[in-house]
Amino acid sequence: MHSRLRPFCRCARVRSRTVPQPQGFRVRALVRMGLRVPPPRRRLLTARTFKHKSHLVSRFCPPRKSCHDWIGPPDKYSNLRPVHFYIPENESPSEQKLRKLRQETQEWNQQFWANQNLTFSKEKEEFIHSRLKTKGLGLRTESGQKATLNAEEMADFYKEFLSKNFQKHMYYNRDWYKRNFAITFFMGKVALERIWNKLKQKQKKSNN
Amino acid sequence: MAASPHTLSSRLLAGWVGGCVWYLKRRTIQESPHKFLHLFRNVNKRWITFQHFSFLKRMYVTQLNRSHNQQVKPKPEPVASPFLEKTSSGQAKAEMYEMRPLSPPSLSLSRKPNEKELIELEPASVIEDSIDVRKETKEEKRWKEMKLQVYDLPGILARLSKIKLTGLVVSTTAAGFALAPGPFDWPCFLLASVGTGLASCAANSINQFFEVPFDSNMNRTKNRPLVRGQISPLLAVAFATCCAVPGVAILTWGVNPLTGALGLFNIFLYTCCYTPLKRISIVNTWVGAVVGAIPPVMGWTAATGSLDAGAFLLGGILYSWQFPHFNALSWGLREDYSRGGYCMMSVTHPGLCRRVALRHCLALLVLSAAAPVLDITTWTFPFVALPINAYISYLGFRFYVDADRRSSRRLFFCSLWHLPLLLLLMLTCKRPGARAPLPAERMGTPTTPFPPRPGEHVVVILHHKKRKCWA
Repeated sequence: MHSRLRPFCRCARVRSRTVPQPQGFRVRALVRMGLRVPPPRRRLLTARTFKHKSHLVSRFCPPRKSCHDWIGPPDKYSNLRPVHFYIPENESPSEQKLRKLRQETQEWNQQFWANQNLTFSKEKEEFIHSRLKTKGLGLRTESGQKATLNAEEMADFYKEFLSKNFQKHMYYNRDWYKRNFAITFFMGKVALERIWNKLKQKQKKSNN
Repeated sequence: MAASPHTLSSRLLAGWVGGCVWYLKRRTIQESPHKFLHLFRNVNKRWITFQHFSFLKRMYVTQLNRSHNQQVKPKPEPVASPFLEKTSSGQAKAEMYEMRPLSPPSLSLSRKPNEKELIELEPASVIEDSIDVRKETKEEKRWKEMKLQVYDLPGILARLSKIKLTGLVVSTTAAGFALAPGPFDWPCFLLASVGTGLASCAANSINQFFEVPFDSNMNRTKNRPLVRGQISPLLAVAFATCCAVPGVAILTWGVNPLTGALGLFNIFLYTCCYTPLKRISIVNTWVGAVVGAIPPVMGWTAATGSLDAGAFLLGGILYSWQFPHFNALSWGLREDYSRGGYCMMSVTHPGLCRRVALRHCLALLVLSAAAPVLDITTWTFPFVALPINAYISYLGFRFYVDADRRSSRRLFFCSLWHLPLLLLLMLTCKRPGARAPLPAERMGTPTTPFPPRPGEHVVVILHHKKRKCWA
């Protein structure tokens, strides 16, 4: 079985999983010297910083023998499942157009929903904090658990969030419907082309 | 007129319909508490494992690659913790990986004195690297090839067409057919049921096709086939077309054109009106109620061939039932609706939501009383149905006043058994014996040529249309 070229596979065989990151080496060296090393600070992810595509797609590499797309687990922020698209060697222009459209739609969806979910949770936290403050309560209960508001108090926030983002949702709906129809249409076109090519090949073989 | 076989067959049918609906409802009830109570939880081993450790709010125990020494490090605050804990099982799974290989007794090892030095000296980032690598391996294992297996297809298509909901829709059509006056025609009944079932499958598939990203973000719907990539959108549309065309054809040519038109209209209403409206305006609830009301009307028109007052009454009962059912359900899903951008009364107009639910519970009482007036049932029906109608109205009132999760859940679960029971009672209280046969019936089939008298012309045409089935 010959290997299939995967120019878009970023996690190529070159990068082994067992190679540790440089930071790890430095830290281990420091530890050997008897120095205590604090854990690295993690960058706080905000809605604005999340502009790149899902980290899962870039890391995943499907097996060489496979000639299908692969779908991954739901993304942490957008809850959408990323798809790793298979690129055949003899990809036709319409297949390429379809793949690019699907890739672009995936990134666009990923960005929208990650942003949406992060904004929602951020605003929800702010709402809870402000309400707790007006009530005169702290952010933690006596048992140390995070204080929450009941469903009726949260209802004000849900209503406000929905009305505030109404226009954004309308634009998203319109674009999503357009893209969905376009993708399905091109899928149909590609499927018909493939059937047509197969029939032509069969005809040639039978003629020969 | 063969009154007793008709009564017997209608009772048999009532029993069958009741059995089907009871079974389907029971399945829903068994699943709904899970879904409703654990809407935001992943009820599997990993969650139970997580709950084991959940009391350790600020720590989790990790395991190094080969050694079995346990370490404790402060758990970093997740960025979007409130919704992350609740919404995605994928997230819960990602967090659980570190805990999965551990057994509960291992917790006690975390405080052994001879390991304290290790706790101090070992760098957290090394652990993080190994955790990241293990995470990556486990994440990679969760990637699935998008290759359609033929043996998976029936299950996938069943989920795509929301087969349980389709079953409920077909049972309401069957109830409408059985409640209609006239002799019971089994072939027509079967054709109407199959046609309605196919139309419902088509409508549900298109609905899922439109809502993929929204379904991904709601717990209730995140395991649908299109969301999981088990089927391509093209195949979903092809399946919907393959259901809609034969379904509407069966209804039009196998039953009668009126039923076919209603079926086609219902598909259009559900896919092109209700589905987009869900994200535009709260009017979607009323449109959805009409969608739910049409199937029993279709059953009636399949049996009688015309839109009588009885058809409208049955449709009205189903229409009114939708409100306490859906409004109560949506009360507990407000967060998901708000985040997903769905315009539902429970989010935007909570007072209206509860008022409308109560209003329609009371409307059910009135409609039940109207059934004997329109000659559909005997006068025993409103009295026999009074306890269940009064109970659902009481729960509707409690929901209106209390406006809390408990009252909404009680109303929702009541609606699940209220409707099948109400339809069963209607079937058992059905007015025995159809209307007296029309003069044209006594003369023979409508195709028998005879010169119609001026006054009877309309009667003949009406009778021709009132033929149950063209099959």
